[in-house]
Amino acid sequence: MREVAVIGIGGTKFGELWDTSFRDLGMQAGLAAVADAKLAAEDIDALYVGNMSAGRFIEQEHVAALIADYSGLARDHIPATRIEAAGASGGLAFRQGYLAVASGMHDIVVVGGAEKMTDVGDVLATEIQSSAADQQWEVVFGATLAALFAMIARRHMHEFGTTREQIAQVAVKNHKHGALNPNAQFQREIDLSTVLKAPWVAEPLGVFDCAPLSDGAAAVVLCSMDRARSYTTKPVRIIASTQASDTLALHSRTSITSFPATQVAAQKAFRLARKTPDQVQVAEVHDNFTIAEILAIEDLGFFPKGQGGKATMDGETTLGGKVVVNPSGGLKARGFPFGATGVAQVVELVQQLRGEAGKRQVPDASLGLAQNTGGTGATVVVSLLEVA
Amino acid sequence: MATARFWRENPSRYNLKAIRCGNCGKVFFPPRAVCSVCHRKSIGKMECMNLKGEGEVYSFTVVHEAPSQLEMLKPYVVVMVKMDEGVMLTSQLLDTDPQEVKIGMRVRTTLRRIGEDGAGGVIYYGYKFAPIKA
Repeated sequence: MREVAVIGIGGTKFGELWDTSFRDLGMQAGLAAVADAKLAAEDIDALYVGNMSAGRFIEQEHVAALIADYSGLARDHIPATRIEAAGASGGLAFRQGYLAVASGMHDIVVVGGAEKMTDVGDVLATEIQSSAADQQWEVVFGATLAALFAMIARRHMHEFGTTREQIAQVAVKNHKHGALNPNAQFQREIDLSTVLKAPWVAEPLGVFDCAPLSDGAAAVVLCSMDRARSYTTKPVRIIASTQASDTLALHSRTSITSFPATQVAAQKAFRLARKTPDQVQVAEVHDNFTIAEILAIEDLGFFPKGQGGKATMDGETTLGGKVVVNPSGGLKARGFPFGATGVAQVVELVQQLRGEAGKRQVPDASLGLAQNTGGTGATVVVSLLEVA
Repeated sequence: MATARFWRENPSRYNLKAIRCGNCGKVFFPPRAVCSVCHRKSIGKMECMNLKGEGEVYSFTVVHEAPSQLEMLKPYVVVMVKMDEGVMLTSQLLDTDPQEVKIGMRVRTTLRRIGEDGAGGVIYYGYKFAPIKA
């Protein structure tokens, strides 16, 4: 296996982008990443696209070919592959691109992620989100994805004494970070009472505990490490990218207060990279619901099981804390276009590791982690990146 | 959801048809071909059974933002129930004040309407839960 570097990043703003189509989103992010890497189109060997549900959002399948076409890559007939794993589609596309370069099959690969979610109403969009769970044995009985995460939250409170306020603090913290990110969907700080007083979605989770519906795309360019410096002075090395699966239905597990797929993927990643969780300074984790960030920071090994809520309340996960979690604003404030998210996490880490993250820069960041989840943790991708 | 897709699951939705691994005793719902613990050793040893329908609430929520099919029901209670056979099921809890639901409370399944195929289409039935009154 060869070493692989990220040599280019790009992305659109996330939000309700009514005047931008799916194909424009994908193209804009891809072209920005290619320009950042100072590549010519003919240098690109393959394209991977993370996308969860274009078929239901815009009634368009076959979207990897579509984006290759509108990015001008179809002329060279490069392989273009769509990857789907619900909310983990982007992270999984990133991992597939990484494997393609690491294996020696390709030298330069573009990985994009895109989702266009606001062309449908919010009730349908939420139903599409819930299709990440088990349609036949969870969803038809009335469980939405929010309901499943609400039951995780309830159980976490029951087993560990986690409080409603600690869970809500995840949203407060991520909005604080989002306010420092010019590409975030929400750039306004909120206080704890706003989260606590918001209308319920699924008790104990309210509107501010849920990531929004968003349009957006992100892209990165990957290259073998030995050639990376001919394109950029600041390559970022991918030191591990691991993936794990679990039962599709949440109720098929013996415990719901952790995601074993996160634990397995993280342990494997740290072992491969010969690093420990204590060494990570910056992490982008999958906070599609506030409680999910608490599970993530425990399952990744940053804090002991049951202590994630307290750590969040104590400021351990914000700028100046032990590990800065979701400096981008996370899914909560940066926005959550499903398929784009896992790639956008990598874009944020690369900005942090290059020292180009502006007001939200984590000082001297040299090791970053991304954790991207599908459904209730049936797919998890963990990637570790460091300054090369 | 298409009619056949629903109909073919009726044995489990109506009668709680499950399956037990003859090798380790683990119960699965709905039935599956291979035990996830014993793998190959379980082949040919999976035994059909019906759950008795009783268990206790493992976790719960009150759903306020509902899918379009369930708009008329909201707010409604969704529970995960640990059945006495050890397997867990997810469905709605009926006949209970949402404020009164507690982790650990005893419930049993009851056959109810769970959806329909549009306004004039086939009605689907399946299990929901109701409290067992002491």
